[in-house]
Amino acid sequence: MSPLAPRLKAALALFLLMALVPPVVTALGDPFLTVVANRMLVFAIAALSLDLILGYGAMVSFGHAAYLGFGAYAVALGARWGLSDLLAQILLGMAMSAGFALVTGAISLRTKGVYFIMITLAFAQMAYFFFVAQSSLGGDDGVALQARSSLLGVSLEGDMALYYVTLGALMTIYAGLYRLTGSRFGRVLKGTRENALRMQAMGYRPFPYQLVAYVIAACLCSVAGVLLANLTEYVSPAYMGWHRSGELIVMLVFGGIGTLTGAVAGALVAVGLEEVLAIFSDHWRLGFGLVLVLVVLFSPDGLTGLAKRLGIGGRGNG
Amino acid sequence: MTNLFLLQLLNGAQFGILLFLVAAGLTLVFGIMDFINLAHGVLYMVGAYLMATFAGLTDSFWLGLMLALPATLIFGLVLEFLVFRRLYDRSHLDQVLATFGLILMLSEGVRILWGSAPLNVDMPELLSGSVPLAGPLKYPVYRIAVIAAGLASAVGLWALINHTRVGMLLRAGASNRPMVAALGVDISRLFMLVFAFGAMLAGFAGAIVAPILSVDPGMGESILILTFVVIVIGGVGSIRGAFLAAILVGVVDTVGRTFGPIWLRMVMDPSAAAQTGRMLAPMLVYLLMAAVLFWSPTGLFGRKGAK
Repeated sequence: MSPLAPRLKAALALFLLMALVPPVVTALGDPFLTVVANRMLVFAIAALSLDLILGYGAMVSFGHAAYLGFGAYAVALGARWGLSDLLAQILLGMAMSAGFALVTGAISLRTKGVYFIMITLAFAQMAYFFFVAQSSLGGDDGVALQARSSLLGVSLEGDMALYYVTLGALMTIYAGLYRLTGSRFGRVLKGTRENALRMQAMGYRPFPYQLVAYVIAACLCSVAGVLLANLTEYVSPAYMGWHRSGELIVMLVFGGIGTLTGAVAGALVAVGLEEVLAIFSDHWRLGFGLVLVLVVLFSPDGLTGLAKRLGIGGRGNG
Repeated sequence: MTNLFLLQLLNGAQFGILLFLVAAGLTLVFGIMDFINLAHGVLYMVGAYLMATFAGLTDSFWLGLMLALPATLIFGLVLEFLVFRRLYDRSHLDQVLATFGLILMLSEGVRILWGSAPLNVDMPELLSGSVPLAGPLKYPVYRIAVIAAGLASAVGLWALINHTRVGMLLRAGASNRPMVAALGVDISRLFMLVFAFGAMLAGFAGAIVAPILSVDPGMGESILILTFVVIVIGGVGSIRGAFLAAILVGVVDTVGRTFGPIWLRMVMDPSAAAQTGRMLAPMLVYLLMAAVLFWSPTGLFGRKGAK
């Protein structure tokens, strides 16, 4: 594994580009765009975490947004209990996500294929309706946060501060997943994706590996949830609806699965495209849907496939 | 109390029948072509909108229905020709991505053409009014007609699949597609037929539900997830499973929403019962699905070892 793998170079270029966004848009006199770009980064984290199970583990979860919700509610609960530090909230979100993912993942992994897709959806919907019924947390309407969190005593009230914290989280998680997917653990996961029977014949039991990956992905996604709640200063069950889970899959497949870089690119482009199209027309969904259909029809493997054919970075990894 | 229960049972059955009409096409397309079509709910919505338009134009429910059915059929064929046939050989994820894009496009297209405001369709004169059920209880004729129409379609479908040549080819295609193709059957034409037929059934469900629900651009998405729940509980590809699961889901959902809080009140104090009931009622269907998949990972009538 050369450290200068093309997909790693492409990811570094993306991160560098995103790091330049706040000063550039401030200089252009439109600092609000920092918030838009921050949204792109948050979803990049969520899509990245989904890539671990969907891309590397072939576990198509249609309930991944539940963990986005757990992260967001960790902020709301943390604020109530006097936990205003981002790291403490992340820990709380991870603990809630890990607990939920461990139980539901163990049950879901009994099933395969479309049944796995649907049982993960079922569990996410249960979590969704659980939070809808919590009237102390605003129920269906959600709850507005009084203030953003702080990080080690530094307030994240400024959009710029939160932006770079999000970018830092994205890069850390990318690096972590890059190492993890290249490790023995990641190879077992990939081997199971390619042929579970052969892995079993080689003496591996796929179940613990898949379950651990499922829990890790859930925890990482909750980080995105914590950041999303801080960004919007608002928490609602809508963050964990099936629609959101579907969007996460769309971003990931759009960018290309199983490359990590594709997940980041897919989220950046999909959220960016939404925002740009929304400027031109209220009917932006028409254009966005058309782009998705055209990408599938004419470019297998999503944007990564497109980039490959155009001869720019982003080589797929097995 | 018994009367209310009976009423909700009928409402549940009627909802279940509608779910079955939408699910039948989806489970066939899924089981036979191994194609995940998220846009299937859109066909239900398009059926309802075409019904609203044609019934409005002709000023007649029956003429509207006569026109809406072939129109959805043609719409399904056009979609199949333009998009779906290019996706059969692609991965499930590509199919999800493309059909998700189609949902966005078609829902927005409907919004542009018909606006976001809900439309109404008048009930036909013949089927308005209600009939006395047990005691003082009355039940609307139209809902009974919906149940009857759905049951008739289910029987028709059963006969078609089990007792005709096309049905035989379908069953053969579901179990071994390359073999059927090797025997000289034009499999792509068969696919087109199944797809268009499924589209028409979904459109039919949308058309007959139009007078009792308002027709709005969100209706396709709300039924889509429940339809998937139905076909997964029933087992992908099984019409019989889809029928049982649809009735089960319809009844559990409808009865649970009304009786959940009532039953909970017997074991806990009223305010806690109301809170828990509000939480559990919408969850019931998903609890049911998770439980079924826990005991039988390929649904009630799914083939063991199926993908």
